[in-house]
Amino acid sequence: MTERITRQDVAHVADLAQLSLTDDELDAFTIQLADILDHAADLDALDLADLQPTAHPLPLVNVFRADVVGPTSDRDEVLAAAPAVEDAQFKVPPVLGEGP
Amino acid sequence: MSARHLAEAVRSGARSARSVLDEHLDAIAAREPEIHAFNVVLADEARVAADEVDRRVAAGEDPGPLAGVPVAVKDNMCTRGIPTTCSSRILEGWIPPYDATVVERLAAAGAVMVGKTNLDEFAMGSSTENSAFGATRNPLDTTKVPGGSSGGSAAAVAAGFVPLSLGSDTGGSIRQPAALCGVVGVKPTYGAVSRYGLVAFASSLDQIGPFARTVSDAALLLEVVNGHDPLDSTSIPETPADLTSVLDRGVEGMRIGIIEELSGDVLEGIAGDVRARLGEAAAALEAAGATVETTSVPSTVYGLSAYYVIAPAEASSNLARYDGVRFGLRVDAPTSGDMHTATRTVGFGDEVKRRIMLGTYALSAGYYDAYYGKSQKVRTLIVDDFARAYGRYDLLLSPTSPTTAFDLGEKTADPMTMYLTDVCTIPSNLAGHPSMSVPFGVGDDGMPVGVQVLAPAMGEPAMFRAAAVLEAAAPPGAAS
Repeated sequence: MTERITRQDVAHVADLAQLSLTDDELDAFTIQLADILDHAADLDALDLADLQPTAHPLPLVNVFRADVVGPTSDRDEVLAAAPAVEDAQFKVPPVLGEGP
Repeated sequence: MSARHLAEAVRSGARSARSVLDEHLDAIAAREPEIHAFNVVLADEARVAADEVDRRVAAGEDPGPLAGVPVAVKDNMCTRGIPTTCSSRILEGWIPPYDATVVERLAAAGAVMVGKTNLDEFAMGSSTENSAFGATRNPLDTTKVPGGSSGGSAAAVAAGFVPLSLGSDTGGSIRQPAALCGVVGVKPTYGAVSRYGLVAFASSLDQIGPFARTVSDAALLLEVVNGHDPLDSTSIPETPADLTSVLDRGVEGMRIGIIEELSGDVLEGIAGDVRARLGEAAAALEAAGATVETTSVPSTVYGLSAYYVIAPAEASSNLARYDGVRFGLRVDAPTSGDMHTATRTVGFGDEVKRRIMLGTYALSAGYYDAYYGKSQKVRTLIVDDFARAYGRYDLLLSPTSPTTAFDLGEKTADPMTMYLTDVCTIPSNLAGHPSMSVPFGVGDDGMPVGVQVLAPAMGEPAMFRAAAVLEAAAPPGAAS
């Protein structure tokens, strides 16, 4: 089996996807992802040069509604679902590292 | 009793919605502990809804085509005031502030929602073993899986907990569990049923559809939930065709092709008993006046590979929203970045992490063309191949699942083996076409076999007509 994806690649995508993996998980996911990408290698046999990519099964068009005010979500109800709220805003830990 | 007959009895006043509900709650109480079809049973809310239906009947009103019919909804569809978990820890404690369009339409039709059903986390899986709340078991043999990802919805119907349920199908998640549990399962044309309030997995593939014990009940439920919705920009604007009134029209004169690549020696792993039932199903359609022959749709065999790049790519983007800020789980950490990572690491299960990473990789710089770009071109190839086939045939036929229900734990260690169970169902999702699974006898192990009827976009009427013929001709199903 060719080396489709390395341990370093998996560590990199985990970082991009904001996931933290243990060493054992990194080993297991590397094998499993390589296995899946190996299966996808059957596509290499196809001649796709003249084909356009399909992103969606429907011919998508922009859909507009009439510019009329309708019911909207209740702010307090939406905020009630958040883990932390202050002054009617979502509250998060410091973004740049300095504690409060 | 069928949903149709229950609704007729309730509308005419012959039965009360409350008595219908209590009967089904009794069935749930008796077997739910061993099946685990539900994440939550909403007995109190259902009693209130049933009493309201009875009040309306008593007042001379018509509560609608599903008056008093108990229904179950997959727990990835939003329900106002009722937790919606996607069977994931990351949505722990989240209570949606709105209803999915399908949930509103069920209520408007007089249906009584009795619970939210278990699924593979975020609908990623083929056995319902990836649920953070434990696996669902097949009601026909509790050592077997019910299929997935809508395993809870399939099991709830197969166990007699409800006559109708809704699932979602991204690569086979309605049809495969329907086949494994011996019930009817339909993936409608992409855009036929509103996705508003369906928690997104892979947006260009996801579609909501019905489970039922009969073809006629599946048509009845689809007619209630389909149709244009301004809240879903991919919703088809045209008025949907009538289904229940065409069911008895038969298949006389129809041309039907059996997809050679999904039904014979081309793919490994299509079991002998499944192939035998497919052959008998084809003979039944022929006996009913259709022309049936084997035909080649060559690119369908590449659907699996393309799907396991495209669906994870879309999922990696859709699931970026779970970051502990606006809803669900938060695992505290000193900085926002660390909080996002800690939350996602604790909140997501292994299969979801696997697909997020696979999708992130397929979309990342240097690999985009090799994986995502290539898979999108294969999607074009499949669309073109289907278009050619539907130039010659009204419908296509294949197995739904390569085998009957497998054992719990049998495929969990090897994701690729699990993915292969979707090989026959994936092509319809990639093309946006409707297809459905109809129970057709049993395999050597006595477990149900499903036959898949595929149709071109908007081809539901012909698809349901063929399904009705298969249902009438089917050998005895599995004994429960």
